[in-house]
Amino acid sequence: MSDAIKNEIRAFIVENFLFGDDTAPLADDQSLIASDLVDSTGILEMVTFLEERFGIVMADAEIVPANLDSIARIDAFVIRKRETAETTAG
Amino acid sequence: MCGIAGYSGALPPEEAAPLLRRMCGAIAHRGPDGQGIHVGSGAGLAHRRLSIIDLSPDAAQPMANADGTIRIAYNGEVFNYIELRRMLEPRGHRFRTVSDTEVLLHLYEEFGPDFVCHLNGDFALVILDERNRRMVLARDRMGVRPLFHTHHRGTLYFASEVKALLQVPGVEGGIDPIALDQIFTLWAPIAPRTAFKGILELPPAHMMIIENGQARVRPYWSLTFPDERDAAIHPSEDDMAAQLRDLLEDATRIRLRADVEVGSFLSGGLDSSIVSALAARMAPAGLRSFAVTFDDAEFDESAYQQIMARALGTRHHTIDCGPDDIASIFPAVVWHMEQPVLRTAPAPLFQLSGLVREQELKVVLSGEGADEIFAGYDLFKEARIRRFCGRQPQSRIRPHLFRKIYPYLPSLQQQTPEYLAAFFGTETDAPDDPLFSHRPRFRATAGAKMFFSGDLRAELAGYDAAEELASSLPDDFARWHPLHQAQFIETRFLLPGYILSSQGDRMAMAHSVETRFPFLDHRLVEFAATIPPGMKLRGLREKHILRKATADLLPPIISERPKQPYRAPDSASFKSAAGTYVEEILSPEAVSATGLFNPLATAKLLEKSRREPLGGFRDNAAFVGILSTQLWSREFASPHAHRTCEPTV
Repeated sequence: MSDAIKNEIRAFIVENFLFGDDTAPLADDQSLIASDLVDSTGILEMVTFLEERFGIVMADAEIVPANLDSIARIDAFVIRKRETAETTAG
Repeated sequence: MCGIAGYSGALPPEEAAPLLRRMCGAIAHRGPDGQGIHVGSGAGLAHRRLSIIDLSPDAAQPMANADGTIRIAYNGEVFNYIELRRMLEPRGHRFRTVSDTEVLLHLYEEFGPDFVCHLNGDFALVILDERNRRMVLARDRMGVRPLFHTHHRGTLYFASEVKALLQVPGVEGGIDPIALDQIFTLWAPIAPRTAFKGILELPPAHMMIIENGQARVRPYWSLTFPDERDAAIHPSEDDMAAQLRDLLEDATRIRLRADVEVGSFLSGGLDSSIVSALAARMAPAGLRSFAVTFDDAEFDESAYQQIMARALGTRHHTIDCGPDDIASIFPAVVWHMEQPVLRTAPAPLFQLSGLVREQELKVVLSGEGADEIFAGYDLFKEARIRRFCGRQPQSRIRPHLFRKIYPYLPSLQQQTPEYLAAFFGTETDAPDDPLFSHRPRFRATAGAKMFFSGDLRAELAGYDAAEELASSLPDDFARWHPLHQAQFIETRFLLPGYILSSQGDRMAMAHSVETRFPFLDHRLVEFAATIPPGMKLRGLREKHILRKATADLLPPIISERPKQPYRAPDSASFKSAAGTYVEEILSPEAVSATGLFNPLATAKLLEKSRREPLGGFRDNAAFVGILSTQLWSREFASPHAHRTCEPTV
């Protein structure tokens, strides 16, 4: 489950921020800002993608590097959000 | 204004004259009013003339002194030539023309190579001194006029533009990978490097002296600032404003010297409004002003232009930059710039100089330079906020200030304080890093290097352009105030490397127009360097002292107007029908043939730009950077290269 989310996030980053260039390894914990992969526009694209693809809603206060600055952080954040949503719904 | 070319070395006379004529032909746009060549012993000079001061044939160049032992070919203007002549006449010098060129010959006779220290102007010149078997090349302090050189088979060749050097048999136009990396990080190569491998520029404020076959390059002037502790001593602001005003008025006054009409750019911003206001007061016959307007309201400043034109009573001429314009002229723009760029901003200025020429003017004043010497750019404010945030990294309030200085960047307005802090490196950038002020810009730009091909990356082998820039800073840099450090980097690198060349000389001279910059008078530049930082950047109010010194010249709506950076639409410009050539020049085949960029990633970038507007800085910089590099390669490094006329779409 978790790998599936990670893979989708990775695919999105490679396609949109690396323009399909997957020759250089992109580590799970690699900072997207420090690697110059995302800028302010890129973050908004990422939020749109996460909300549309994973059916989550992001509050403004959640759009922070602690949640979104690496594949591993995004993955953990999406899982957390989904769990919270399920708990709330259940 | 003009174009120069020549050589120092042993060329057979039967080869020299035709070569000089070919070199001249390649830069004919710089001087449509005449051509002259001189072939001497072991050296040759060539000149294309744009007549501005002393329009008579007597002022033609290359010009010789009375006994024919010293000759000059000269591009540009020396604005204090009248004062210099007055200084020389009592010393026995007799003049046969009223030209500034002849003054330079006499000045050289009087002072030798150090004569350049007396010049106030924008120039690139060569003196051939046969009496002392010496050649002197020199370039103005701020880098307004260009001068390039290369060695080939034991001969030194030089010219105002590289395309003239490419007329020399055997001199090739290949890309310099290091220069490309510098452009894709710093926006311009670090002088003396140019985009062309093996071709150098003479850096601003430098001279080259060739004697006994040996060439020595040395600076004759340098920009410096007071030590930070001295900068804290505050003189009276009123006194500083009054001195500033006097200097600016004189700088403008001597830049109106010409035997042809002088006009003025009027963008609607503070700087060109000040220059136009001063010029209007000094031009009894009235002033003509010129501006670009944009169809796209995001970039258009025409409302402010109209306010100023009405206030000054200028005859105002405008040219509109519409959806097709940038794409249709961009190949010609690249041919004139002679280096890849990351923005399309030079293109509307190419249109603007075309308008000036259409109106039969040869000379215009420009407000360029004020942002550098009076701290006008957003980058200066940004660096101050970054330091402010860095002192309290946990603050969620302080990063909101970034929104205040970038109201025109919608994606930045929507960021949380945490992301604002992260983008601007408030926690990661070391405050004592000499490049602290420029790190976010360099990082954002260098992101575009992800499109570099594997081969280019391998050739660059981890080269770091920012590191080279840091290592080239002067020894006393560390003792300057942080604002002065940032101003130095802007003024010594980006100003000559991009603003004055790609957006300046090259765009104007494409239409045989000379641009003059009162703010770049070296007396004003030196004075501005002594103004305490707090008088330039007062809180987050840029150019405070300049506004104060000129408030009476302008309507308050202009005088108090916050800085609006000059921008033009980037990748979106090429979606129109006029941009269809982009498909071919960015095709995987074309990109593979050049070998500099990743063909598949480039194809996806193009596809994305066709599908939706590219929103981010990096993607737009990459798009324009790759496109201009591909066009550059086609014009200068391909089998069809070395053209002597503008390419068309």
